[in-house]
Amino acid sequence: MKELLSGNEAIARGAYEAGVRVAVGYPGTPSTEILENVQRYKDKIYCEWSPNEKVAFETAAGACLTGARSIVTMKHVGLNVAADPLMTLTYVGTEGGFVAIVADDPGMHSSQNEQDTRNYARFAKIPILEPSDSEEARDFLVTGLDISEKFKTPVILRTTTRVSHSRSLVELKERIEHVPQGFKKNPPQYVPIPAWARPMRQRVEKRLLALTEESSNSPLNRIEWGERQLGIIAVGIAYQYAKEIFPEASILKLGWCYPYPDKLIREFAAGVKRLLVVEELDDFVEEHVKALGIPCDGKNIVPNIGELSPLRLMEIRAKIEGTAIPEHKPIKDASLLPPRPPVLCPSCPHRSIFAALGRFDVVVTGDIGCYSLGVSAPLNRMDTILCMGGGISMAHGMKIAGETKRVVGIVGDSTFFHSGITGLLDIGYNKSAPVIIVADNRITAMTGHQDNPGSGKTLMGDSAYQASITDFAKACGIKRIFTIDPHNFNAMVALLKESFETPEPTVIIALSPCVVDDRSALRPALKIDPTICKHCKMCLKVGCPAIESMDNTIKINPLLCGGCKLCQQICKFGAIS
Amino acid sequence: MNDNNSCTSVFLIGVGGQGILLASAILSQAAMLCGCDVKTNEVHGMAQRGGTVIAQVRYGKKVYSPLVTEGSARVLCSFEAAEALRAAHYLAPDGLAVVNQYQIIPVSVSSGMATYPEHVEELLKKQFPRLCYFDATQKAIEIGNPRTANVVLLGALSKGLELEESVWEEAIRKTVKPQFIEINLKAFAAGRATVQ
Ligand SMILES: Cc1ncc(C[n+]2csc(CCOP(=O)(O)OP(=O)(O)O)c2C)c(N)n1
Ligand code: SF4
Repeated sequence: MKELLSGNEAIARGAYEAGVRVAVGYPGTPSTEILENVQRYKDKIYCEWSPNEKVAFETAAGACLTGARSIVTMKHVGLNVAADPLMTLTYVGTEGGFVAIVADDPGMHSSQNEQDTRNYARFAKIPILEPSDSEEARDFLVTGLDISEKFKTPVILRTTTRVSHSRSLVELKERIEHVPQGFKKNPPQYVPIPAWARPMRQRVEKRLLALTEESSNSPLNRIEWGERQLGIIAVGIAYQYAKEIFPEASILKLGWCYPYPDKLIREFAAGVKRLLVVEELDDFVEEHVKALGIPCDGKNIVPNIGELSPLRLMEIRAKIEGTAIPEHKPIKDASLLPPRPPVLCPSCPHRSIFAALGRFDVVVTGDIGCYSLGVSAPLNRMDTILCMGGGISMAHGMKIAGETKRVVGIVGDSTFFHSGITGLLDIGYNKSAPVIIVADNRITAMTGHQDNPGSGKTLMGDSAYQASITDFAKACGIKRIFTIDPHNFNAMVALLKESFETPEPTVIIALSPCVVDDRSALRPALKIDPTICKHCKMCLKVGCPAIESMDNTIKINPLLCGGCKLCQQICKFGAIS
Repeated sequence: MNDNNSCTSVFLIGVGGQGILLASAILSQAAMLCGCDVKTNEVHGMAQRGGTVIAQVRYGKKVYSPLVTEGSARVLCSFEAAEALRAAHYLAPDGLAVVNQYQIIPVSVSSGMATYPEHVEELLKKQFPRLCYFDATQKAIEIGNPRTANVVLLGALSKGLELEESVWEEAIRKTVKPQFIEINLKAFAAGRATVQ
């Protein structure tokens, strides 16, 4: 039976079909839906959201050493967090198949950077597979698990946003069970103390040679001969665009680009007049082709920033052929459109936090989550973002550097559990005095509302202990700890004011559910009484999409308003009820 | 440029929360029922928080790229009035534009940082020789549920495609939750009736 599956759904299906036993990860666009879909097979596959990618990676590593086929999922930056276990699991090796599924985001649709995960494969000396549609996403996961078991190596399956979130037809297959044999004690194999790590290191290089041979013979890499004038080496999804725009060209399709399939690359290059490498982001394959002594075009005409598309390839074709570059820009009238960036939802509890912070001249070191949207106008109340957890540690750094303004670090609950705790421990231990706000909506909202250690539920659907941020803060040595409902605007402002006047670190847990996740938190819509409203526009400063203003009228859209009453507390004339 | 490999491309644009993904799912299902190869692409993540949302559907004998090439869409469907202009360059010169009259005022306008175009209808008429411009949200309210505006629009856009009429009903039945099938069939019929 054929089904129309997204790349992420297909990977989940692949995990089921390949007999995977353990699937773990931490949410991150565009990887999140993999585990959400694995959950449908939870009677066969144990699945969990781990607190962060490092924990997830190590969990899957432990599972695979018992012989259980295991996968771990994350977005590209997640692998930075999990890089430490990656770099040594490559020495220790695997028993049950181990595939790390890492989703890159060329074009930065939902990310803070555009790193190319393929560099990690070379760094760790392990195979990386790159599907170009959903059927391949499923198949490559299955192949990846086989490679992992045959060569005792971790394998990376790299998707990109367009593979993860595009749908295409997949022929479903049955599950094949792989029964784990249990952990077998073998310290020289599993314990990289220097004496044993050195032979491991040798094995890594030997394995790499064997894998190089294998990747040239793998069906994941294939030549499609066409006209010999132009040969295109197309990696991952670039293959689909190349087929569309260069239907007559010869193509070397790379689905397994590292270790590089040298034999196949040489054979292909020898068979064509001109060679072009089309890959998204870095010149990962191109650089190697050149190192083999083969001249080729690549990043001289293929952009290395942002994602490719059929239009990008049409432009490349025009450059090769010396014809006019096709123009398909947005129409002129599109410049009349107002920008429509993402915004905090109506009644989002985060909005009140930023509205309250707007009353103070402080530095706000922010972090990543829905609350990052507090950076945009008209709220404008976040000054830095670096990476998950950075909101807390950077506040500490500013304070110890002697920043004279009060410094506020803000993180979400999922971010706090992910990597905020260690930063807070540093504040308690090395004694600085920022104000840390945990925007605690008891859910990982930005990535589509996944449960986390504070939610009281697991991905398997079981109830769980709700981790207490207060207890964590206490354990980190923080004495001033407050829990407050941020919708209570005046109390929020008062608490901030008092905290800014104390020379001690403060943790404020702004606790209120995300109204998209918990619809029961919504209240009846409010109205503006036009006879009382003085058009002072104060309510518009909170940037709520439910308050619409055009042509000097201000009204609340009843279809959007969630009744949080922030605007009511801000209106000085009592016009809103 | 005409669409490559004789595939049909459809481009949907709107604002997060308008049910674009359901419309794209029904459309893909209809194409599958006609025996076509299908690929779609959807926006997830950050953009869903009230930002511009896009879905693309391509079907035909064999589809490679899930992304629609600019200037090649057979139909452009905009779930919000002015948003159609943002994606106008995706429509083929002879393509059909289906545009919902419903306006959603973004925060950038309410907070005075930007303006909403004044004469949207004129701009649309100037841009799209084949334009179907109507209030799908109002129609959906009349039918009994404003959330079915997406399927009203789908009914209208179905007129711009050559998929057999009968497959649409089956596609709706296969895609929407059982309790919403009847109202969505009504919504679809109402939308389809707006295009001659
Ligand atoms: C290392 C890393 N992993 C994952 C992500 C993806 N990501 C962005 S925001 C976010 C979660 C935010 O949740 P929370 O802190 O609870 O804030 P909320 O969105 O609920 O406001 C995640 C997982 C990331 N940016 N970096
Ligand atoms: S999804 Fe939840 S946390 Fe995110 S902006 Fe909306 S209400 Fe706020």
